Amino acid sequence: MQSLTDTKLTIYGEQFTSRMLIGSALYPSPEVMQAAIATSGAEIVTVSLRRQQTKQAGDDFWTLIKEMGLRVLPNTAGCHSVKEAVTLAQMCREVFATDWIKLELIGDEYNLQPDPIALLEATEILLKDGFKVLPYCTDDLVLCQRLDALGCEVLMPWGAPIGTGKGLLNPYNLQTIRTRLPHQTLIVDAGLGLPSHACQALELGYDAVLLNSAVAGAGCPITMAKAFEASTVAGRLSYLAKAMPQKEVASPSTPTLGMPFWHAN
Amino acid sequence: MKVEFNGETININREQNIQEFIEARGAKPPFAVALNGTFVSRTELPIVTLSDGDKIELLSPIQGG
Repeated sequence: MQSLTDTKLTIYGEQFTSRMLIGSALYPSPEVMQAAIATSGAEIVTVSLRRQQTKQAGDDFWTLIKEMGLRVLPNTAGCHSVKEAVTLAQMCREVFATDWIKLELIGDEYNLQPDPIALLEATEILLKDGFKVLPYCTDDLVLCQRLDALGCEVLMPWGAPIGTGKGLLNPYNLQTIRTRLPHQTLIVDAGLGLPSHACQALELGYDAVLLNSAVAGAGCPITMAKAFEASTVAGRLSYLAKAMPQKEVASPSTPTLGMPFWHAN
Repeated sequence: MKVEFNGETININREQNIQEFIEARGAKPPFAVALNGTFVSRTELPIVTLSDGDKIELLSPIQGG
């Protein structure tokens, strides 16, 4: 039987088996968060920093995440300026002891769209400061090319605005980025709602997906985490297997040779 | 003098470095600090002295997407 060999997901030289990165926010309880993340099979979990509210703040959550033994990817969610994002990234590096940063720089409050111009500026500063930047960006080819040229080894274009669950709004754009940047590790980040959306991203040749709300906001987050895991496996296998070409005209799959007499006329 | 700590105005009656200030506020690791929007590393906290009008941010891990 023919078998297809696959490579692993590579992020700045580190390799991972799972093709899903998962968020740690919005779950109905810490216990559900832990169970859903574990069930997803994800090896990378996103976290953030906010003002310490009480003497216990942060410690309980961080203890739960540390117990899971996963790779942590801190984000700069909520930042609106280069200065804010750079400062928050530096604070993340000290607290989480990682030079990885999911760089989020919001340009518009309505759709939470990344600011492409500020994103480029912040990316350049952080790369020079030794960070391994995973920029959350729009599905704009030229922006992705500029981020690639700066030295990013991972790009994370959105599927749809954060938290909308609308799936891949512009598969053509995402496909074009894949085609034009074949060497890049590409991750669809944000906007996914269904496992089929993740499957579609992987079928396009994307290396992974990053999601949070789709699992945390599901009726049963733990079951949905399992569904997303299965969908990323299916999507990757489908990509490797190379889908049949689409046709405009129907063609029978059952052989026509030897058809009985009632079809003769 | 007055400083702003995580958005709250606080009066302090003697010169303090950041380490002393945040310990007095009950800061519990893990955390990171920014002063007037600029990151201050752990090793610099005992060195940097607060001035009137300074804005101190003390951040800790939370859930993120």
